[in-house]
Amino acid sequence: MSTLRLTLREPPAQRVDLSPLSADHLAGKTPAQVAAIELATGNRKIRVDDLFTIAGDFGSELEIRGGCEKLDRIGAGMTHGHVIVRGDAGAYVGAGMRGGVVEVHGSVGARAACAMRGGVLHVTADAGDFLASALAGERRGMRGGTVVVGGNAGDRVGDRMRRGMVLIEGDAGDYCASRMVAGTIAVAGRVGGFPGLAMRRGTLLLLQPPAALVATFNDCGEHPNLFLTLLVRSWRTLPGRFGTLPDGRLRARRYMGDLGNDGRGEILVWV
Amino acid sequence: MYLRGVFIDDTFAEAFTVRVARVLITARTLRWAREAALKLTGFATSVIGCKCEAGIERELAPAETPDGRPGVSVLVMTMGKDDLSNRLVERVGQTVLTCPTTACFDGLPDAPDRIGVGSVLRFFGDGFQASKVLRGERFWRIPVMEGEFLVQEKFGMQKGVGGGNFLILARSADAALDAAEAAVAAMTPAAGVILPFPGGVVRSGSKVGSRRSKKMIASTNDAFCPTLRAATQTALPEGVNSVLEIVINGLDAGAISRAMRAGIGAACRDGVVSITAGNYGGKLGPHHFHLRQIMAESTEAHA
Repeated sequence: MSTLRLTLREPPAQRVDLSPLSADHLAGKTPAQVAAIELATGNRKIRVDDLFTIAGDFGSELEIRGGCEKLDRIGAGMTHGHVIVRGDAGAYVGAGMRGGVVEVHGSVGARAACAMRGGVLHVTADAGDFLASALAGERRGMRGGTVVVGGNAGDRVGDRMRRGMVLIEGDAGDYCASRMVAGTIAVAGRVGGFPGLAMRRGTLLLLQPPAALVATFNDCGEHPNLFLTLLVRSWRTLPGRFGTLPDGRLRARRYMGDLGNDGRGEILVWV
Repeated sequence: MYLRGVFIDDTFAEAFTVRVARVLITARTLRWAREAALKLTGFATSVIGCKCEAGIERELAPAETPDGRPGVSVLVMTMGKDDLSNRLVERVGQTVLTCPTTACFDGLPDAPDRIGVGSVLRFFGDGFQASKVLRGERFWRIPVMEGEFLVQEKFGMQKGVGGGNFLILARSADAALDAAEAAVAAMTPAAGVILPFPGGVVRSGSKVGSRRSKKMIASTNDAFCPTLRAATQTALPEGVNSVLEIVINGLDAGAISRAMRAGIGAACRDGVVSITAGNYGGKLGPHHFHLRQIMAESTEAHA
């Protein structure tokens, strides 16, 4: 498998949209053609080779070296292929992604994986606000795929999310799973204030008890939960801590809510 | 052909194509998985009167099940596609959903045809049910008084073979039963097959139709009834006083052939005169299991 390697010459002055650098656009292009691809930055366009040095050929893998928080929309809308970012990435990483794998060895900005439909996004460090949520102004958030965050995530994780899996090994900010319609969010660290606010359905799994819950979540007690076994087993192939959790005779305390908004969601606290 | 002095008739068992699903039932202990499986496969001997044929395929170790608990694998077969969906919903809903600690999973994940089971049973949850999509498969969590019943949304369906059979013709009823029990014991470990009748054995083989009633689609196979030897055109050789039949259904013809070879081999023992098979002249089904071809690989068989 040949890899196309793009090395950042220097951090750009303005934000740059890297969504044209996905397998869907790169397939069949020579290095010269890749160099000529235009990227939007501010109110103008720049060529790929203005921003990066280019090495290798594109098979199905793209490696971006020397990441920067101004590199936006990496892997946005991609349907297949493998993107590796060595360093940080900007906003909207994996937005609207439908397939393939995006691996960020660093942190990502706001709205990563928003409106994601499939594939895997793995962030080894932190993620910004509105992870796996909806695009601004849209009513449907993440609706498929898997997100693994090795560090912490910001506020509003999974806002309006309706399908898929988000696994956060560190802490999550305030309003985690707010307005969630369905899907699964798991947080190994602490969770901020107001988890599950206005949640309709779906599961927020917490490996640590929350400091407080909103008043519209009701305690349904502690129970053995067989579905957690299947859930944990489905993570076995994923990187990080969630892939190594025990899967036998699992129990969880179940809080149902948000009773102010349909109330069929659940916050499960791992026992 | 003879095997240990038992004559192997030059005939074939005729079997038909069925639709089959494999249901994996797990529970906290093997006992409760078996309880559910026994109920699920109850009253499921023949499609003629039971609408489906079902049986326990084998017991499953925890390492073989999706949830890591002990389980039982069950095969359910019907003649039509729609029938299978209906039978599964009825039977899983009444026997597995109701049984303590059980969960229910699809055992044919590679079968392209998928039929809804959990997708129907979920309505028992009365709006409180919840689902999860894991590795592309949806599972329903149905709240019940004990806790939660977990069931897969769709089950695989594939073509199978029903009606494989052989008949044990013996000098006495005791000898026939001993031979049938030995045959069942030899066939039970075979993967991909079930023996849907009580203990795997049939004493009331049937013929098509009835001499007296047009409504009867099957009636006693008088040619093999020893008590009618002098009153009908008997098919019983001299010295045969009891006949028992083994019926085998399977996922494919190969599985049935292997099971028949093991079963016939075990049934050839003292007191047994011959082994034959039931067919309808090749008009009923496309699958023909020729006894002598099946037993040709046996080193003990001879002309």
